Formats: sequence, structure tokens, C-alpha cells
Amino acid sequence: MVNIEINGKQVTVPKGGTVMDGARQLGIYIPHFCYHKKLSIAANCRMCLVQVEKAPKPLPACATPATEGMKVFTHSQQAATAQKGVMEFLLINHPLDCPICDQGGECQLQDLAVGYGASESRYQEAKRVVVNKNLGPLISTDMTRCIHCTRCVRFGQEIAGIMELGMAGRGEHSEILSFIGKTVDSELSGNVIDLCPVGALVSKPFRYSARTWELSRRKSISPHCGLGSNLIVQVKQNRVMRVLPRENEEINECWLSDKDRFSYEGLNSEDRLTAPMIKRNGQWHSCDWQEALIFTVDGLKSVMERHGVNSIGALGSAHSTLEELFLLQKLMRALGSGNIDHRLRQSDFRADGNLQGAPWLGMSIADILQLKSILIIGSTLRKDHPLLAHRFRQAVKKGAQLSIINPIDDDLLMRTAHRAIVAPSEMVNMLAQVLKVIAETKPIEGISAHIRQAIASVSTANVARAIAESMLANNPAAIFMGNVAQHHPLYADIHAFAQAIAKATGANFGFLGEAANSVGAYLAGAVPGRGVLGTEIKRDERRSQYNAAQMFSDDSNSAVSSCRAYVLMNLEPELDTHNPQQAMKAINNAEFVVSLSTFKGNAANYADVVLPIAPFTETSGTFVSAEGRVQSFNGVVSPLGDTRPAWKVLRVLGNLLQLDGFDYETSEQIRAQIIPAEEAITRYLNNNLKEYEANIFTQEVSGLQRIGEVPIYQADPIVRRAESLQLTHDAASPKVWLPTALLEQLSVREGEVIRLKQGGGEVQLEVAGDDGLPFNCVRVACAHPHTSTLGAMFGEVSVEKL
Amino acid sequence: MERIKHFFKSFLLFELLKGMKVTGRYLFAPKITVHYPEEKTPQSPRFRGLHALRRYPNGEERCIACKLCEAVCPALAITIESEQREDGTRRTTRYDIDMIKCIFCGFCEEACPVDAIVETRVLEYHGEVRGDLTYTKEMLLAVGDRYEEQIAKDREADAPYR
Repeated sequence: MVNIEINGKQVTVPKGGTVMDGARQLGIYIPHFCYHKKLSIAANCRMCLVQVEKAPKPLPACATPATEGMKVFTHSQQAATAQKGVMEFLLINHPLDCPICDQGGECQLQDLAVGYGASESRYQEAKRVVVNKNLGPLISTDMTRCIHCTRCVRFGQEIAGIMELGMAGRGEHSEILSFIGKTVDSELSGNVIDLCPVGALVSKPFRYSARTWELSRRKSISPHCGLGSNLIVQVKQNRVMRVLPRENEEINECWLSDKDRFSYEGLNSEDRLTAPMIKRNGQWHSCDWQEALIFTVDGLKSVMERHGVNSIGALGSAHSTLEELFLLQKLMRALGSGNIDHRLRQSDFRADGNLQGAPWLGMSIADILQLKSILIIGSTLRKDHPLLAHRFRQAVKKGAQLSIINPIDDDLLMRTAHRAIVAPSEMVNMLAQVLKVIAETKPIEGISAHIRQAIASVSTANVARAIAESMLANNPAAIFMGNVAQHHPLYADIHAFAQAIAKATGANFGFLGEAANSVGAYLAGAVPGRGVLGTEIKRDERRSQYNAAQMFSDDSNSAVSSCRAYVLMNLEPELDTHNPQQAMKAINNAEFVVSLSTFKGNAANYADVVLPIAPFTETSGTFVSAEGRVQSFNGVVSPLGDTRPAWKVLRVLGNLLQLDGFDYETSEQIRAQIIPAEEAITRYLNNNLKEYEANIFTQEVSGLQRIGEVPIYQADPIVRRAESLQLTHDAASPKVWLPTALLEQLSVREGEVIRLKQGGGEVQLEVAGDDGLPFNCVRVACAHPHTSTLGAMFGEVSVEKL
Repeated sequence: MERIKHFFKSFLLFELLKGMKVTGRYLFAPKITVHYPEEKTPQSPRFRGLHALRRYPNGEERCIACKLCEAVCPALAITIESEQREDGTRRTTRYDIDMIKCIFCGFCEEACPVDAIVETRVLEYHGEVRGDLTYTKEMLLAVGDRYEEQIAKDREADAPYR
């Protein structure tokens, strides 16, 4: 610790800390542009020059290490002269176009120019002009305004993990550039807009649409990934104009992924439903709520009379709030049906009965930084969890060893210690190998005899050995199950083996939550066989408890018959399900389909009644994030048109169906019923399977295996309609990725269009080669309109040359 | 003594004559009455009347949708919506002034960095139905087009004092 004095006040700074750190502790503001608390120190703007006793010249506060007994004056004559001088230099080339600059009103340079700038410039010569760059559909540039603080460059290098912007040239000729012909494609790129202290990098979707002082700032929570990012939603005249991060050191720090930042465009989309619609005699009519709800109740009742209550199935997306999912399951269970699920993309439910609680991250997000060894199983990490990936990146920078077991070998933009890229069918085997190596290295307890027996026969590869050693040698360790693992057809076995490895190595075991409310959906009881907070619901003969897969099942041999009526909440079955072919077949065959949806989508093709429900900005609600954090939020704008919050719709449906206990006045009442205020919910979170007998299936897969990942900007209905995000590189139409060897075998060249068949469906897509893919695997994204006629995310496909 | 003084004053109608003196003075003094609308009072170049939106000589509208006038307006009479026009410039899609709310303080004119919104010498305008006095962008531009010559002259006259 070092004691220094700033403006006569004593402060203690950790060794190696700077004058700026001390000033921040004291709450003394030193003007600055290039300094940012989350980025490395560049000291190139020189705005933070301060006077230091015995130093002949002013020193930059951000880069001057504090030394014992140092006396600093931030507002002395010398400091002020230096700061004013720097400001004069900065303003030499900065255009005075604040009235048309989108940063105007929230511009650091504008603010500081009031305090440190002269009222008139002494500079008479022409200002320099820098050509604008095309940085893609999200970031708009006015490069003449750039003051070369290099925050955007450092952000790319240090936070996003990829240097997409750089500074070229020297002196007056220096400018910020992307690589020639390239745009900024990082999934965190929007943060440079916040970082830019001037108006050089501004938001393209927001461009010229409003002024910062017109917007009211309202707090909200992100409805996309499981991180639960805190948002500031800026609203003007009852319309969401833009979204900014709300700083929360424990969750999103001061960052926001592009998905969270730009998906607001979907809220104002043309595709929004504004009135309830019903289908009578094959014709769609807009109607009022009364008529629509009575129509819904009549429809459900008639199906119940004809086929019994078990023929009704309810599916709610985990992007819905806790309250909505709770009421949906309550409605179904009060009707007498146990068919409720939110795990739309999951296909393997064998371990459902063994699950001991709601699967969650297993630790707090902030603690990821302390990890020394990380194993991620089956994940398109950067695309599914952009900010969690950033946390992992920081951990890796601090020395953590990251290993992955994954069917795809995407660049994670961080150093990976060991990578096991295996076909989906080999993932369980790879985990068993890792477990076997661990079992050989040290005596392990708490592993069932069944698993011991299963791993005895596997032969271990080098990479499994390396992963196991890395897990054993570096502590604390953690194992995380990604979305690919959760969607995997052998998910239960992957889960059981991952759990066993975690137990054997003493590692933390966690799930990277797929959706904003994946944990909340479990707590709300939106799973078959489990009620609120995981209370077990007895299985009985009369009440079926179908999961998502069973509800769409068309297997005539099995005891399970597919449902005759569906209540769909917040989902588009052709995109949001594991097997859209099967789901659409079941839904098209159903007699009555109710869709509670924010958007029109394709509901007109399969639904009988469409009820417009409010998105997260128009309703109050709660999300439980992957780390088990319960975050409630209020609506920030009033519902569009006749849209109503889903919890109100479900409440009235409950009343109309004459069910008891649907008299809620507020969403807080519902929340209080789910999560009693005093109780910590962590006790209901548990990732472990009890007595599940995992197996290693060694069946030979003859054809090509599909690897169907969810594209980043197709993950939920709101983001699908965000226009600017849909123009990004990540939102490009899916390609058929094949190993190069397979390309040669088929004698097709990259860029050609080929035919891909799965089940009864086929699509024609462009083909591309990827040498990172395991043998006999085809990577084709699901959840995209171009591939929605295909079958399961992981299934057998065939490709043909056209 | 007082009573005698009072008696003579009232007897000789002194008070009346005193009043008539004022009447007489104004009877022969030059008249200041203006026969409006045939005659009009002179106006300062700074007169703050009906608003106008100006154009550049090449016909391009001056307003750049910076919204400073909207922000400074104490009566909240101005409503602006903006967008990026096809040529990439910042322009208004809506520029409404509610003349019923407006207090003609001239702040908008003062805030404008491009001299787009100005107050003209026009004070004779009226509305017949509700909403008539909400001036839209087209109406304001039309006012500007009509009186541009006068507006330009007035700005020039006032320029030394700005």
C-alpha cells in the first residue's frame, strides 16, 4: 500500500496503483478520454495531466504510478494550463458539428470542452477530414471526429478477444481502421459505441433518431441469454429507442452483447401483433379480447370433452418470465393435464426423474475469474453466451486452462489448452475416457458401480488424458454444459458423465443457461412431473406428464399419443423446437392450437387463435439467471395496441375456465407465491442426477451426422426480428459445412449449392468446407427459416450434389 | 380661509377648467393612433412574430434536426422527429410548433445553430378550427419561403449585435 496526497487529501492506493486510482477513490474527477477502468492504460490523450510536487512537468494521472508521499494537485494552475493546452490541441481537428452529432449531449469531449476549452480557436487553418469506414450494420462512423484515444482498439484486443480495429498512420495521418474490406463482426462490437468518448463510433440503428436528453432511462433485464444482463432501456414517447448496459460488476460489468443491445429493434417490428385473432371457418378475424378468450376456452373445452384433458399440451419458451411460466403450468395442472414443458430444444429426457433441482451455473458469474481449470462440454460458447465467453476469456488470461469437448471447433478467441473435437455420437465416449483417466490416476469415490463398469471398456485417447490431467492439476476447476450438450440426443448420459468427472476432480459443475429464464422455468414448475420449486408431482394413471418431445411424438407404437390441442407461449414451433418437422406435423394435425405470441410470425398457418402478449419491455416480471439470481423488472413502455401481459391473459383464461386460485392483481403477487421473499432459492438449485445409470452407446452411425447449432441472432422471437442484427455477418443464411475430405468425395466445390435431406424434408443450401469438423459430420444451423423444414438438430442427414 | 378658497374654486368651476386643459392639450397635439389595418406601427428587425423555417439559397432546408430549439423551448411547443435522409444527412421528419402553446420568447431562434427557425414580423394569422394553429414543417417552410427576403434583411440588420 502506498500513501499519497491528492489536493491535500490523504489516500492509500495498492502498490502499483496509479494517481488516477487514488483520485477515483477520493471521488476527485480528473478529466480523461483514453483511460477506462476496464481497459489497459494507453496514456495517449494526455487530458489527465496533473501537477505532481517536485516533478518538473505535469504528468498523466492515468499512467503515473503512485509513490509514497507523492503530492498531487489536479486543479492547480499548472495542471489547469496543461489540461487546457491539451484540449486546444484536441479541438484543432475535431469538427464543431455537435448539432448533427449523435453523441451530442452525452459526449465527453463536449462536456470537457465547456470546462477546459477556449471560447474561440486560435487555429485558422483547414481541419483535417478522415474518410468514414464501413464497420458493418451496427456501428456508424464519423472518423473526422476521432480523437485517437484507442479505446476501441484496446477493447477489441483485451475484451472481445479479436483486434478488428487498429490505428494506422502517424501524427496527423493516424486513423482508426478495420482490416481492409472487413467489418467489425465481434458479438460484443456494440460496446465500442459506449466506449467512444466522442461521436466517431455511434450506433447505426439509432442514428439520428433521437437526442439523449429526450430519452427517459428505465431499468430492465435482458430476456436473451442466461446471463441476465442489466439493461437501461431508453424510451421516448412510449417507444423503445435504444438499449444501454446498466453497470453491474457481478453480471455484465459495463458491457453488453450485441444481441442484448440491438434486439430492441424487434420490439418495434412490423410483425408485432396488436389485436387478438381467431380463425372461424378457415378465415382469420381480428376481434376483441372477450371474444378471443371465450373462443379459446370453448376450443380447449371441446378438445377436453372429445379426447380427455391429457390431450392438451402446453409449451412455454424459457424466454418468458417466471410469472408467465408459473401461470401456464398452473393453468394446465388445474385443468388436470400434466403436459407442460419449456425445454423445447431438448430431446433427451431420460434423466428427468433423477434430476434433484433446477440446473444452474453452479457458481456465481463473478467467480469464473478465479477458476484455474475449465472444461466446457458442447457449446457454441461465443454465440450462445457472448459475455460469459468474455468472463472465460478473462479467466484464461489470468492463467486458467480451458479445455473443450465439442463437436465443432469454432475460434473461441482465447487460448484453449486442450480441444477434443468429436462427432456428436462420440461425446459420451470422450467424457468416459476423461473419467477413466481420472479414475486411473487417483482413487475416486461417489461414482456408481454402473459408471465404473461402463468406463472400464473404453480406450483412452491422448487428448482425454490431457484434459483429465489439466482438471486434476489446476484448482479450482469447473465443468460447464453448453447448449449443444443440452440439445444432444444423449444429453442424459453426457450429464451423468460430466457430473461424475466433476465429482471425481472436485470441480464445480454447472450449466450455461440457454435462455434468460431457463432456471426460472424449472422453479416455476414448467416441467413435467415437477411443481413450483421442484416439488414432486406424483405420477398417476389419469394424469399424463408429457415432456416437450412426447407432446410432439408421432410414434403410434408407444403408449404416448401426440396431443390434440396445444397452448404455445412465446415460441415459434418451426424454429424453437428440437425437431421442427415433427413438431409442425403434430401441431398441424392438432384440433386446436392457441398461440400466445408477441409476433404474427407463421402462427396463421397452424394456430386457431393468436393472443398478442407483451414482450419484456411491456410487462412486469422476473427472470432467474443462470447463476440463480432473481431479477424482477417493470414494464418500460405501455403495451402496444391491444397487447396484454401474458400473466394477465393466463389469469383471465383461468377465471374463464372456472379454475380456482387465478385471482392475482399484480405480478408481484404471483412472484411471492413462487418464491417466498425470505427464502434463498439456491437450495432449489441442483445439477446432480440421482441414481441415473449412464451408458456408453457404441452404435455405429452409418450416414452423416448433423450438428445443428442455434445461430446467435435466431435464438428467440425478438432477436429474429431485429433488422440490423439480421444484416450482420453472424446472421447470414446458414451454410452446409462439411469436412473438406467429404467435399472432395462429393466432388463439389465450396460455394456451390447442394441438396440436404433429413427426414421427409430437404433444403438447398450453399456448401462450405471446415476442416475442424469431425469425420462424417455436417454442420447445418437450425432455428433458421431456411432450414426449418429439416428434422432434428442432431440426426442423420444425407447430402447430394445438384 | 380654507372654506373661502374652496367656495370660490367650486363656484368658478376651476377643477373643470383644469381638466379641460389636459383635453385641450391632447386635442391639438399630434395624434399617435394607428389606423390598423390600413396603417401599421413600425417594427424592429428583432420583432418576434410567426415562426418560419428557412432554406439555403440552393433550396435545401437549413434545419438539421439538432433539436436544440425543442430542448430550449420553455413552453414545450416544439415537437421534432428526425431520421437519416437517403443522402445520409440528418433531417427532420416532423417539425411542429403549437402556436397556442408558444410564448414567442425567441429562445428557439437564439438556440438554432444554423438560423433555420426564425421568428418573422408576421403577426396576423389565425386559426378557424382546433389544430389550425399547430404549424407543421411544410407550413413553416412555406412561411419561410414567402418572407425570406424580409427575414434575410432583418438578420443582416441585427448581425452587428449578435
